[in-house]
Amino acid sequence: MEGIASVLWFSGGCEPPESRNWIFAGSCHSPSTPANSTLRDDCPFQPPPAVPRLPGPLGRVSGARPAASPPTPFPPAVSQASLLRLHHRFRALDRNKKGYLSRMDLQQIGALAVNPLGDRIIESFFPNGSQRVDFPGFVRVLAHFRPVEDEDTDQDPKKPEPLNSRRNKLHYAFQLYDLDRDGKISRHEMLQVLRLMVGVQVTEEQLENIADRTVQEADEDGDGAVSFLEFTKSLEKMDVEQKMSIRILK
Amino acid sequence: MWGPRARGPGRGLLLALVLGGLLRTGGVEVEPGGAHGESEGFQVVTFEWAHVQDPYVIALWILVASLAKIGFHLSHKVTSVVPESALLIVLGLVLGGIVWAADHIASFTLTPTVFFFYLLPPIVLDAGYFMPNRLFFGNLGTILLYAVVGTVWNAATTGLSLYGVFLSGLMGDLQIGLLDFLLFGSLIAAVDPVAVLAVFEEVHVNEVLFIIVFGESLLNDAVTVVLYNVFESFVSLGGDNVTGVDCVKGIVSFFVVSLGGTLVGVIFAFLLSLVTRFTKHVRIIEPGFVFVISYLSYLTSEMLSLSAILAITFCGICCQKYVKANISEQSATTVRYTMKMLASGAETIIFMFLGISAVNPFIWTWNTAFVLLTLVFISVYRAIGVVLQTWLLNRYRMVQLEPIDQVVLSYGGLRGAVAFALVVLLDGEKVKEKNLFVSTTIIVVFFTVIFQGLTIKPLVQWLKVKRSEHREPRLNEKLHGRAFDHILSAIEDISGQIGHNYLRDKWSHFDRKFLSRVLMRRSAQKSRDRILNVFHELNLKDAISYVAEGERRGSLAFIRSPSTDNMVNVDFTPRSSTVEASVSYLLRENVSAVCLDMQSLEQRRRSIRDAEDMVTHHTLQQYLYKPRQEYKHLYSRHELTPTEDEKQDREIFHRTMRKRLESFKSAKLGLNQNKKAAKMYKRERAQKRRNSSIPNGKLPTEIPVQNFAIKEKDLELSDTEEPPNYDEMSGGIEFLAGVTKDTASDSPAGIDNPVFSPDEALDRSLLARVPPWLSPGETVVPSQRARTQIPLSPGAFRRLTPLRLSSKSVDSFLQADGPEERPPAAPESTHM
Repeated sequence: MEGIASVLWFSGGCEPPESRNWIFAGSCHSPSTPANSTLRDDCPFQPPPAVPRLPGPLGRVSGARPAASPPTPFPPAVSQASLLRLHHRFRALDRNKKGYLSRMDLQQIGALAVNPLGDRIIESFFPNGSQRVDFPGFVRVLAHFRPVEDEDTDQDPKKPEPLNSRRNKLHYAFQLYDLDRDGKISRHEMLQVLRLMVGVQVTEEQLENIADRTVQEADEDGDGAVSFLEFTKSLEKMDVEQKMSIRILK
Repeated sequence: MWGPRARGPGRGLLLALVLGGLLRTGGVEVEPGGAHGESEGFQVVTFEWAHVQDPYVIALWILVASLAKIGFHLSHKVTSVVPESALLIVLGLVLGGIVWAADHIASFTLTPTVFFFYLLPPIVLDAGYFMPNRLFFGNLGTILLYAVVGTVWNAATTGLSLYGVFLSGLMGDLQIGLLDFLLFGSLIAAVDPVAVLAVFEEVHVNEVLFIIVFGESLLNDAVTVVLYNVFESFVSLGGDNVTGVDCVKGIVSFFVVSLGGTLVGVIFAFLLSLVTRFTKHVRIIEPGFVFVISYLSYLTSEMLSLSAILAITFCGICCQKYVKANISEQSATTVRYTMKMLASGAETIIFMFLGISAVNPFIWTWNTAFVLLTLVFISVYRAIGVVLQTWLLNRYRMVQLEPIDQVVLSYGGLRGAVAFALVVLLDGEKVKEKNLFVSTTIIVVFFTVIFQGLTIKPLVQWLKVKRSEHREPRLNEKLHGRAFDHILSAIEDISGQIGHNYLRDKWSHFDRKFLSRVLMRRSAQKSRDRILNVFHELNLKDAISYVAEGERRGSLAFIRSPSTDNMVNVDFTPRSSTVEASVSYLLRENVSAVCLDMQSLEQRRRSIRDAEDMVTHHTLQQYLYKPRQEYKHLYSRHELTPTEDEKQDREIFHRTMRKRLESFKSAKLGLNQNKKAAKMYKRERAQKRRNSSIPNGKLPTEIPVQNFAIKEKDLELSDTEEPPNYDEMSGGIEFLAGVTKDTASDSPAGIDNPVFSPDEALDRSLLARVPPWLSPGETVVPSQRARTQIPLSPGAFRRLTPLRLSSKSVDSFLQADGPEERPPAAPESTHM
């Protein structure tokens, strides 16, 4: 219950400030974001009034939020139903009922073993070398893939971007490539990704050639690496919003 | 374009002429032959046409149909535009015309008996046996709604509308009542499994859509049978004598027929699975059981007047898992090919005979209004029904059905031979306008199969093209776009895209606990642990390369004497076998070999630099792993060979598992410099024990049970014919040949391990380079356990003992580590 409550809170749009800034610094909603419409009065997962039990940031901010806020028409970060489903899923993945997921839990998903990027994606759930991901963290990663709705785009520009913005979607992909976290995809990193994604028929030489070309094509300042800005630019014609969204994660 | 098409019928024509000639000469010669026999005593050679006539003719027809199929496929152009079913119907019409011209009797028609007893069962069994189960049951609700409500809706609206028009007098004077119209509506309403598959196989729609249409066409049989029987009996009773009780009976009979048919199928599937469990010593007739028992399920439910199609479908669906596990590999192959052959053949014959049956002036009664309105009504009401039902479904479905899907769903409602056979079955005494019904049905079938079959592909393409503009994507877009697809599908898997998990969990629990124990061989139960198989395979590969290395050096001595040290020097680094193949080199040499797409061809005139770009694009296009959305159908009646996708899956799976194993092994065993000898020994043992019941010959049997829990869930991994199925099962394998990454990361990693050192191109990419997630930039943080728990007991230290002590395998470490060692990561269901 506690897990759910804190996540509901999270899905209300706010990210605990000091946690996991690897995703994106600007992805935190202010607590006043009306996105907490997920919490209706009849909600079975209403966070308990006594929140101080929750770890630091969560408790602090949710204390600031009125417990029974009236439902607002704004789209929730992740809908109630999806959250429930995801939590169910989370518990199903969590074999030993330990309350968090380890890499192993995710590696057990069979389809990931045949996904060339599977292990990288698993790894993205475990930022900074941590060994476990709790439910909020789990949802936080998945929230990148929420479809962009029209209402999302014309929000107050002063507000931080939601996790599912185009920029954040791209950044999620970017950090899958950027292993050393230097903000650039080097030729070597590109080559690694290529190697994962291309069949064994392609020779190493061809691969290197392709990697060179890909980097060159996107590299504008000539430093032999693709920065996030260049990455975004090279994909500006692509419908990332549509391509990186899953319908079911509404 | 026309050449091959003309050739097909041409060849058929020749044969038919021969055939017709034979028939007539046969008819003439029988009597003289008999007379001669009496008068002249013993004859060395007699001509006994009458004796062989029936089977002979049948065999000839099959031959003609098969030859025609060869003819069609001589040209890709024709078959890619025109569905084979349409071609076969046309061929049938031509052949029918020839026979008619020669004989003036329509001697060959598709009789209901032949159709229902011999032609339909193989097709439906094939559909059931190769049914992608997860997908099917995942969409069962939708399928059932379309199959039941949709079919009733179609039948009712079509029948009633026709009756309404009839009352308005537009059709002229017909001896038809309301019930006749409803009867007609019920037989024309059902979407036909044969026709649908024949066309949809060639149209590439997404798998969900495919399974919905396909499932609907299979399951609506119960509805059709019931509606047909009810209205037929009502018609024979006469409209005035039908009481409310009869209607209630009709509804009850629907449930009895459908559930009863399903039950019969399940029972026979159970029997079949049980029988195949004990066929160890009669391997040669194993495949026979599959066919005979399935066929019996069909006949049994036909005997009990239940839905035979449902029975055999569910027999196939339910038995597939156990049968595939039980029978030997050769038998499985035999079953697969025989089934495909029978189904494909039956389909061919059905369509051809549909064409032939149409050439019979006695059945033709034309009524323009009736025929045209039937066509209009079935199309319109199908569309309306689909839209209404989809609207309802989309409120509950996780994966929505888009408008484009609905168009395909409505347009894909093909009618086929089932309707034709049913209409021929009608009793001309009771249904006065039987011939009108027959001719209308033929028209409807031809229209849907030929016209809609021809146009559905362009339609789908057009609808899809409309959404995406044409632009040569840049390299980055191509690469990253593909990466996004992979990311998305991975996220879908992680987030568990489709519900039903709870029920599925329960079911697989039940299956594991009881069903599999009863229905599966013991060895099969164990070997279903696919991870072990892959592990074994990898080891085997390494062993082979090891031996190859030895042979290259001219001696195998170092293998035979494990104690010698020279093997330490064996070099496993891959010999770069590839020629210097720079892109431009490739371009210059292989332009003709590399199949360039049209757009690329246009660019050929440009500079060499551009050309190189093009090749790069092309290489990417060709070799980038495809995300599974682009996979083809999970079921195909005609194709069996493992597809590219399976190969791709296997490749990636190997890579992934190898990487995971590697990270485990290098961490666990890397400390041991002398392990190679033990490895050699073990490998030999592994080879020897390969055929033993233990899957990879490496599992010590004394592993504590609580650790060695093969929860072999619903793994279908080694069945290569099983299409990849990505629904995820929670639960799964826990096996001991690895260890968690948590524990792996706390011991020094990276000491070279010959067993898993790169030995071929496949590994090169993984191992010779920096492992992606262990690259220097990546912080390897000790696990929780490693931080908190220093090895306390001697037992924990034993982990570091040289492997030589153990003749077992890596598992010994785990034993040493004690029971609290967590089982390693192992994908639970990996369909390859």
